[in-house]
Order: sequence, then structure tokens, then C-alpha cells
Amino acid sequence: MTATESLVAPSAAPPPAPAPGERRSYLQQVLDSSWVTITFAILMALVASSVLIAAANAEVQAAAGYFFSRPGDLLGAAWSSVFDAYSTLFRGAVFDYEATGLRRVRPITETMTASVPLIFAGLGLAVGFRSGLFNIGAQGQVLVGAAGATFVGITFALPPVVHLVLAVLAAFVIGALWAGIAGFLKARTGANEVIVTIMLNSIAFYLVSYLLTTSLLRQGGSRPISPAVAQTATYPLLLGPGFRLHLGFVVALLAAVAVWWLMERSVLGFRFRAVGANQSAARTAGIKVNLVFVLVMLVAGGLAGLGGAAQVLGTDKSLQASTAGSIGFDAITVALLGRSTPLGTVLAALLFGALRAGSPLMQTSAGTPIDIVQVIQATIVLLIAAPPLVRELSLVHRLAALFGYKSQEARS
Amino acid sequence: MKLELRGITKRFGPLVANDDIHLTFESGEIHALLGENGAGKSTMMNVLYGLYEPDGGEILVDDAPVVFAGPADAMNAGIGMVHQHFMLVPVFTVAENVVLGHEPTAAGLGGLIDLTEARRRVREISDRFGFDVDPDALVEDLPVGVQQRVEIIKALSRDAKVLILDEPTAVLTPQETDELIAIMRQLREAGTSIVFITHKLREVRAVADRISVIRRGKVVGTATPDESEQQLASLMVGRSVNLGVEKAPPERGDVTFRVSDLTVIDPVGTRVIDDLSFEVRRGEIFAIAGVQGNGQSELAEVIVGLLRATSGSITLDGKELLGRSVADVLDAGVGYVPEDRSTDGLIASFSIAENLVLDLHDDAPFARAGSLSPARVAENARRRTEEFDVRLTSIQDPVSTLSGGNQQKVVLAREMSRPLRLLVASQPTRGLDVGSIEFVHKRIVTERDGGTPVVIVSTELDEVHALADRIAVMYRGRIVGVVPGDTHRDVLGLMMAGVPLEDAERSANEHHTTLGEADLEARTARSEEMTT
Repeated sequence: MTATESLVAPSAAPPPAPAPGERRSYLQQVLDSSWVTITFAILMALVASSVLIAAANAEVQAAAGYFFSRPGDLLGAAWSSVFDAYSTLFRGAVFDYEATGLRRVRPITETMTASVPLIFAGLGLAVGFRSGLFNIGAQGQVLVGAAGATFVGITFALPPVVHLVLAVLAAFVIGALWAGIAGFLKARTGANEVIVTIMLNSIAFYLVSYLLTTSLLRQGGSRPISPAVAQTATYPLLLGPGFRLHLGFVVALLAAVAVWWLMERSVLGFRFRAVGANQSAARTAGIKVNLVFVLVMLVAGGLAGLGGAAQVLGTDKSLQASTAGSIGFDAITVALLGRSTPLGTVLAALLFGALRAGSPLMQTSAGTPIDIVQVIQATIVLLIAAPPLVRELSLVHRLAALFGYKSQEARS
Repeated sequence: MKLELRGITKRFGPLVANDDIHLTFESGEIHALLGENGAGKSTMMNVLYGLYEPDGGEILVDDAPVVFAGPADAMNAGIGMVHQHFMLVPVFTVAENVVLGHEPTAAGLGGLIDLTEARRRVREISDRFGFDVDPDALVEDLPVGVQQRVEIIKALSRDAKVLILDEPTAVLTPQETDELIAIMRQLREAGTSIVFITHKLREVRAVADRISVIRRGKVVGTATPDESEQQLASLMVGRSVNLGVEKAPPERGDVTFRVSDLTVIDPVGTRVIDDLSFEVRRGEIFAIAGVQGNGQSELAEVIVGLLRATSGSITLDGKELLGRSVADVLDAGVGYVPEDRSTDGLIASFSIAENLVLDLHDDAPFARAGSLSPARVAENARRRTEEFDVRLTSIQDPVSTLSGGNQQKVVLAREMSRPLRLLVASQPTRGLDVGSIEFVHKRIVTERDGGTPVVIVSTELDEVHALADRIAVMYRGRIVGVVPGDTHRDVLGLMMAGVPLEDAERSANEHHTTLGEADLEARTARSEEMTT
């Protein structure tokens, strides 16, 4: 026995064993991506997209024609096309240094406005992800929530604050019930929530499209668009008529705080997280896992419904079948990018809001196709979602190679 | 064939799993590698078998250095391995499994597998060593002990000169273990070198010619089989240990826990628990012994409410437990230590403090009006971890950073932190080091002495012996018999194979197993010590 060993506490444990439950789900691995990975993913997405921006630029294409005689032209044109695109994106989304007066700060308020439904829907998905439920149904939940808010907004005549609160509540309840269908089916029959929520998205779209042809939501007019919601039911503007930023942004931030409390400090959130991290341990500890599935979906759907409410009561003022746009799907990226934490989700929603707000100016003034924003978003998703996927694949490969021999850790 | 490890080092990140290991395995010798879980035995064997590439050192076969890129190289060099978890295809026959990976083909069959040749190989080896294995039996129909023999045949059919057995007795009954020991001896006589990896002292003393003890990745010493268990244990753990639990005779109280006519039929229609009845008194430890998979785990799960019973009744303090939710059962005062702590007992990513309130999180004082109090959760964790001597850096660290023994202490600390009316512990010391086993056993006895009825489910006879006041042996969902806590292991072993009590006692008297004899000797020695 060596001298160093005798210094060790007599019954000190052997070196830490590999973490129990190494079989973490793919979702958990994505959520464990570090901030460094995420920052890197965003930067890489911008770099990768710049190649496309340059390639799509007419001057760059022209310069490429005589690349071998004057290569500098190509590089110069490429640089200026990328610089133009990103600088106009910045001017459209954050701060317009070429404008004057208050108009210079208008872009950042546009970004904030665009981020509101993403924050709500992203928070809802984040609650689901933390609880182990891969809810793909924010799109449908946003839409039915928006429809609920619209119905209250155009049907009743109520005093200002009451009307707004009621419309927002209606959106929460309808969104919650809509998502609750998936939770209920999972709890009762074990139906996979991914598939059910995807199908519910389609049902929501066609349901709202149909309702827009009935007197329930249309009330006269020939186009499938609802009348404008009553002034009393809209979110008041925060910065006056020159800006579209509305109270919904503040409500979204409050919702983020509420979600933080729910997940980190409440008994319910403890159960949500326990089910998300290890269902069988949660069940053994007496947590009713099936009930948790339903409750999680109610909360997630309610939050997404609030996102729909913010869109009609704050920004659009009326409902169409296309009101939800791609909010529900972008929100998935937002929640994953934000590692499903409330703060991360808000920041990620602001980033995506900025891409939305800035891209029109980028298209008109730098001539860069607006689709490049989609490319940036998609690249971010790939870079964040791929590392665990790649790890998983190579692991599977190794397992096969070892003829089913599965231990990769030191054990004896 | 002589096999030598010279200075083998293997690291996993900062963890040095094998640190400058020097070992020589001579032919015709049973060489035991003794060490606790996590000491680095399996890592070393995986290096030897070509599964891991060492970070330093070399492997020599007959004094010539070799490099194994994979198991195929190791096999070609004459090294065979029988893993703890068998690598067999259940729906294949014995012959098919044995030739899997190097199938004989016949030109006459157009390149198809020559199953006649495969059968012949199985029969040839089987006859040579008296294995009694039918080449055409489906592996899934065979008992575990025979499946293990198939693994050995598989290795021998590839001309293994060195056979590595990784914890081979973990899944066997004492009688099967005895048969395995006979096989090992026979192989040794035939010149095969056997590397026997285990943490069971008794077995090592019974069969090994040489013993190397490994602790924390290093070879800390060699020993001969005539060293006492106590000495071997101290060498393995690095300090003197108390192998037996000191416990007073039970002070039995009233019967408070009753299982009557319990039947559980699983979805496939198998009666996993078949008309089971027993009673447990306050202040006694009732152990349920049996080979893994005879309904014991299901029994524990039914008691806690994780599994639905088909019929019967389970009462605690006169109240029916069946049909109640897990939360209700726990509230009725049942403490439950699940069989598999990593999947059922703990949430790996949760902090130690959170894991300590996993089933108490909604009770006062931790929760008030739906809101958790992190301060009280932390305070509780500080108290519990101190009481149970959990070695940790911070109570806010994920529980996965703890060693297995300390993780199990967290589970026990949680389950014993409230007044219990019944404690159910499934495999309470599986995978733990000797020091932790000692601690866990002591706490369970303390709980008994406090007047709690305790039900222990264990497949380890040593553990059953150490703890039980009464032992029920389960076989195929039924209780074969209920016997006193000091019943001889040979009798228990036969009962574990389904032999009724009287027959088991008779045949155990006629024929002692190797380990059983060691047991008797030890007992005689102990009583002699006491008398002198």
C-alpha cells in the first residue's frame, strides 16, 4: 500500500460510477447543449448563410464570370453583398442609424413586437420539453387561442380592461383544452404526443378556416377574415401610435417569470421535471405520471393560446386562417435554442423576432431574398440538434460493432 | 499458453480505471481477480479482450507482444470471454449460437451454414467435458446455468486457451455455481487458463489457485486461497471490515403485514405471482430469496402499488393496500427501496437535495400552498446526508456524481426519513462495495429494532443470511417454503430450484456443495473460537 493511499479516508467511496440512467432521451441531450454550442450555432448559421447571400447577389455572379482575370472583384463583391445584407438586417431589427429621430429606435420595438407570440408559444413548448413531452402542436394551439380571443373580441361589448382580460382568458382556456386532447390521449391510451399534436395542427387549421366561413367569426363580409376586434379588447400600445409595441410584450415577460416559478419553485413543476427526467423514478415516488401528462399539455397549450391572443389582440387586430403564420414551428426552435429555460426562451424569441422584423428591409434595400432568414433559422436548428444526433448514431454504430456489448464505462 | 499484462493503463477522462497493471496468467491455473464494483476489473478484461485500447503498457502472449484491435484478434490469439450478461441470441439453437460469427459452410450446400458440422462441434465439446447440452435446444428455453455453458462452449469452440469469466456466479443458484466450479476445475486440468473475475470472497477461496486483488485500478496484492475471508476483504476494501451484521435476536411483535392469496397474471397470461400468502411481524426481517425472475421483483412492486394484482389481498395494519395509488401506499407508511436505484430510485439529473425529497416533496415542511421551500429541502438534505454518512461535495450537485454506494444511501436516507409501518427493500446492496453493504445492513437492522416489519427481496444468499430472521424461498411465483434465518445454504439452494423443504434437507445432507462445505467449516471454526 502506498503512502498516498493511506491518507485517503478509510471508507472513502470508489471513484464515481458512471451516471445512472445514462439512457437519456434525445430531447434531454438537445436541452443540455451548452451556451457555447448555442452561440457557436448562431454564428455558424450567419457564416453559412453569408455564402448563400453572396451567391444570390447579381454583382457577385457577374464578378465570378471573370474570376481568373480579376479575383479581387469577386471577393470585394461578395464582401459588400454580405455586409449590405447583414447591416440592413441590423437596421431593420435593432437600430436604424440612417433614420432620424424616434424612427431610429423603431426597429428594436418591431423586434420586440414580433417576439411576443414566439415568447408565449416557446414558453409553452419549453414546459413540455422539460417534462419530457415533445409537443409539436403549438401551431394549432396558437391558432385556436387566437380564434377564442377573436370570438370574445368581436362578439361581446364590455368595458376596456374586462374585455381584454376575458379575451386573453378565453385564448388560454381554448389553447389549453386543445393541447389537453393530446395529453389526455397520451395518458389514457399511450398515444404518442408528437403524432397527435401534429394532427391537431391540421385539424385546428381547417376548423378555424371553416369557422371563418360561419357567422361565428366572420359576421358579414365575403373574405375569410374576421372583423376587427373591439378597441376595448386590444392590448394597449406601450409607446404611442408611432410604434406597434403593445402590452402583450410585458405580459409575455410576466409569463416567463411565472413559468420560471412554476418549474423551479412549485410542487407541480417539481413533478413535471421529475416526469421529464425519469418517468419510472417519478412513478415509484408516487407521482401520478398520467395526470402530469395532462397538466403539462394544459399549461403548454394555454401559453401557446396566449401567443395567439397577442397576435390578434395586439398586432393583427383580426383573425385569418394564416394568423399563426409559422409561429408554432418557429417556437419549437426558440424553445430548443433557449434550452427550455424561461430566460433562454425569451432571448431566443427576441433573436427570431429580430430576424422577422429585419428581413423585409434587407430584401428591399439590399436585395437579399427574404428566404435567407429561413436558411439562418434552419441552420441554427441543424447545428443544435445535430451534435446529440450524431453522437447517438455513432454510438449505435459502435454498439453494433461490439455485437451488442454495451458498456462504454469503466466498471467491474 | 501464457498471457501477460505489462504496465497496462487505461483512462476515462480524469478517471484512471487501470493504473500500471502487471499480471501473468499461466496455463492450467485458475487465477481469481478479486475487487469491488468499480475497482477496474472489467475494464482490464475489456482491454485484454480488445474492446478497449490501452493508454499504456502491453499485452504479451507467450512472451511475444500482441496488439488487439478488436475481440476478433483476441479470439484468434486464443482468448475467450464469458460476459456477465450473456451474448446469446435467444431464438437461435445452441448450435447456431455457438457457430455465430464463424459459421462452417459446406460447398455441397451452396454456401449455406453446415448445421450438421455445428451440431458435431457442440456435441464434441459437450461430451469432452460432460456438459450435457442439447445442440438443438433453443437458448431461450434453457436455464441460466446451461446458457452459461453454451457461452463456454462458444469460447472453447474457438480454441480458447485463456477463458475469462466475468462475474459468472452472479446469476446462478448455489448448485449451479457448484457445477460451474466443477467445470472450471475440469478445464484447468485440460490446460486451459481461467481468469475468474468476482467480488465474492467465498468463491475465490473455493476455486482459485492464485488471487490478485484490485483496488481503485491498481493491483494491490496477491493472495493464496488459504487466506481467511476477513483478510481478503480487508485487502479488497483497504481497511478492516466487519463481514457479518451484528444483530440481536428479533423482538417479534404483532403481525401487521399480511399478504393473502395474492395472484398476479401479466399481460401475456403468465402467473408471475401464484397464490402467495405470508405474514410479517413487527420487528422482524422477512427475506424473500430466490433466483432472479421468480416473481420476487413483481411482489415488491405489487406491494407498493406499481403493479396491479389480479386477485388476493395485501393488508398493512388491517388496511387493504391493493388498488391504492403509489402515493397512498407510501402515505400509509411504506418505505420502498427499489431494485434498480438508477431507473426507479433516483433521478440522475436532479440534485442530491431534490432526490432526498422525491416522494416527500408535497408534504410539510417542504411545500406550502403549492410552493416548494428550497431552504427547507436543503436543510433536510444536510441533516440526512450527515446521518447516513453520504460522501459528497455539495448537496446541490446532481445525484449522478455520487458513487453507487452513496447513491444507495441517498435512497435509504429518503425512505427512512419518515416513520415507517413497513420497509420493503429490493436488492438493497446490489452493486455496492463491502463498506457500503455493511452500512446499509446496519441501517436495515436498526429499522427492524425500532419495531418496523421489514421485507427484503434478495437474490444474494449471503445477504439473506446476514439479515433474515425468516426466509421465504420463491420459485416460479410461489413460495416453496418458509424457513428460519440460519437455514443452510445448500437447503436454500435446492429450494431456489423448486425442491420442497423436506426433500431439500434430505439431499443437502447427502451432498454438500463446495461453497456449502466452506460455510460449514467456517461455522465450526467460529463455534470453536467461541468455546475456547
